[in-house]
Amino acid sequence: MSDVLVLNGRLVDPANRVDAPHDLLLRDGRVAAVEAPGTLNGVQAAETIDAVGMIVAPGLVDVHVHLREPGQTYKETIATGTAAAAAGGFTSVVAMPNTVPVNDTVAKLEWMLDAARGSVVKLFAMPAATIGSMGAKLTDFDALRNAGAVGFTDDGKPVLEDQVMRAALVAAARAEVPVSQHAEDTRMTGGCSMNAGPVAFRLGLRGMPVEAEARIVDRDIQLLREIERADGLRPHLHVQHVSTARAMEAIRHAKREGLHVTCEVAPHHFALTDEAVGDYNTHAKMNPPLRAEADREAMVAALLDGTADCIATDHAPHAAHEKEQEFERAPNGITGLETALGLALRVLHRGHGLPLARVISLMSTTPAGITALAGRGALGVGHFADVVVFDAGAEWRFDAKASRSKSRNTPFDGAEMLGCVKATICEGRVVYRG
Amino acid sequence: MREASEVVAVSGSRYAPGSLLSVAHLTVDEVSKILAQTARIAAMQYGARSQILAGRRIALLFYESSTRTRTSFELAAKSLGATTTLVSDKSSSIEKGESLKDTGLTLRALGAECIILRHPASGAPFVLARETGLPVLNAGDGMHEHPSQALLDLRTMLTRLYGAERATAVDERSLDGITVVITGDILHSRVARSNAMLLTRLGARVILCGPAKLLPEDALGLAPGVEIERDFDRALRRAQVAMMLRIQRERLAGLELDLDDYISRYQLNGERLAASAPKALVMHPGPMIRGLELSGDVADGRQSAIEEQVSHGLAIRSALLARALGANGF
Repeated sequence: MSDVLVLNGRLVDPANRVDAPHDLLLRDGRVAAVEAPGTLNGVQAAETIDAVGMIVAPGLVDVHVHLREPGQTYKETIATGTAAAAAGGFTSVVAMPNTVPVNDTVAKLEWMLDAARGSVVKLFAMPAATIGSMGAKLTDFDALRNAGAVGFTDDGKPVLEDQVMRAALVAAARAEVPVSQHAEDTRMTGGCSMNAGPVAFRLGLRGMPVEAEARIVDRDIQLLREIERADGLRPHLHVQHVSTARAMEAIRHAKREGLHVTCEVAPHHFALTDEAVGDYNTHAKMNPPLRAEADREAMVAALLDGTADCIATDHAPHAAHEKEQEFERAPNGITGLETALGLALRVLHRGHGLPLARVISLMSTTPAGITALAGRGALGVGHFADVVVFDAGAEWRFDAKASRSKSRNTPFDGAEMLGCVKATICEGRVVYRG
Repeated sequence: MREASEVVAVSGSRYAPGSLLSVAHLTVDEVSKILAQTARIAAMQYGARSQILAGRRIALLFYESSTRTRTSFELAAKSLGATTTLVSDKSSSIEKGESLKDTGLTLRALGAECIILRHPASGAPFVLARETGLPVLNAGDGMHEHPSQALLDLRTMLTRLYGAERATAVDERSLDGITVVITGDILHSRVARSNAMLLTRLGARVILCGPAKLLPEDALGLAPGVEIERDFDRALRRAQVAMMLRIQRERLAGLELDLDDYISRYQLNGERLAASAPKALVMHPGPMIRGLELSGDVADGRQSAIEEQVSHGLAIRSALLARALGANGF
């Protein structure tokens, strides 16, 4: 594989506590040298990226994306979804299992991860925790783990039954991977299409109460306690797309208690509130829904104080005809891979003074750690040559029409972004140039 | 924490002029103008009236059953000279799975210049208006709004409280000193939402009354000037207008309600009316269930304006159609 030089940039690599001008030499898909500026000037390389004025950071990692392949390739394919990922600065993404059919066997997992799918960035997957994500019988965690699973989830819905979730946490602890939970007590959310509250009341839409999220988070934390006590195991619970102050508070306490809980926050949950539903904008419909301002503020606070471990997009493409429907009939979800960095920098970095290194940590280092992606989320010598180069000060507006994703279902069309990706390099290959 | 201004702005949508999707889209001046045009049309001779929309095409698209709203829109359109067509979910390609967008585009291609939509999903008229670009009149969408009902209720109130000559214009103070008590299944009521939002902007105080299951505290967010009173008799004692609502069994979705208990607490009967509100105007948007939310003697009594509401519906809807189609002078 040919060499790539990344010169004159400011390297921000939180894992190695680096935040200074450095040049990089990438060789054979790995980081071959990290040197003081100028040191690598004589080196011949097939490709040189001039990163003057840019941030050079470990490629972003998204532990929560829906790529819709197999089964719903009219919404997205692995190739188009990962092209959008590359444009957003991501070099690793973790595909959720709610494809058609559900990814719940080794054969399906291997098919998904096969190079023939044309993934542009490094693709990982979390297979289903239960067969068909039906919530009843566990999948074969050990076999799937050996085939590359980085966690288990029934995302799109929760593992609802106490005993099934308990068994999933035990099996995942033995396989040393997390159970990633979509925390929604679906017994409380039937027929609901947005957050419960005054906005839902005014719009005449049935609302999901914040308790529906908190109840599952509370229950899962209680299961961790019981398993640690009774089984001598230390399961890892990862709570997906936390959206409520109430659930975040429960996670904060569980962490203080020493339980192994991590969680993610989606950009829309720190950037928007349920007011964005406006005139029944189906591009503001997702699950969990956009919440009240106090919840949004709690998501920001949790990202600032470290209670929230990472940012994950929950990239969920849908075709135009599916979103051009009555609000209650339209499917949940929005695209997110190309707007995540721009929103994080705008809201968290500029808006709340979160240092750049912390933003990188939330979007690369920590999510790589949560899913134990060896050699990723950091840029030391020997690590994978997964790099994002971006202009942290560039202001721009997102144009949904220009998206690499097959779908356009975003509430951020025309929204202001801060920080523009100039190059994305995955295992030494330049996969995107801005 | 920063203020909500850091919340990322989302661009709004545009709708064809003449659309009426929500009372919130109407300025007080526009409400006033609609009342004036209503009076003007009502005073016209049949011949002149039938020229207003002569040759124009209006589609009624009904995904839910309706007696009053459908008939009054249809009769209103015909009295203005328009051609109407009725499409209902039960006897059209909607049954075969055609989407709201495609149904709307089909009606547009057939020459419809305006669509009147009744739909069980809140917000459906917004979809239709966005996708067709046509003026859309919301004739009731799910639990959301019923704007023409609120306007006809306003005209009924103004006429009964102040006389017909004062029902031709309004401003922000027209209903100062008037308390309207809306009682019953507020949660599922589009009539309650439209009335609470419209009447408070004209100076009225709106008291919502009902059990917590049918009236959550979130209702306070509808508008400033809205309050909640769970005790019906106490609310009635303050009322100049008592608007009663039907229990919407079709939308209860698992909510359990003890009807005997409901009747004893919230039914408007003759005894209660005489004791607490002997002069109040009694209104009901229909359909009413006699013996449940109100007793038959009250429905038929002197204080009732229920039939007048229906007549005002015809008049108001005529003006809304003239406005939607941009008829000369409207």
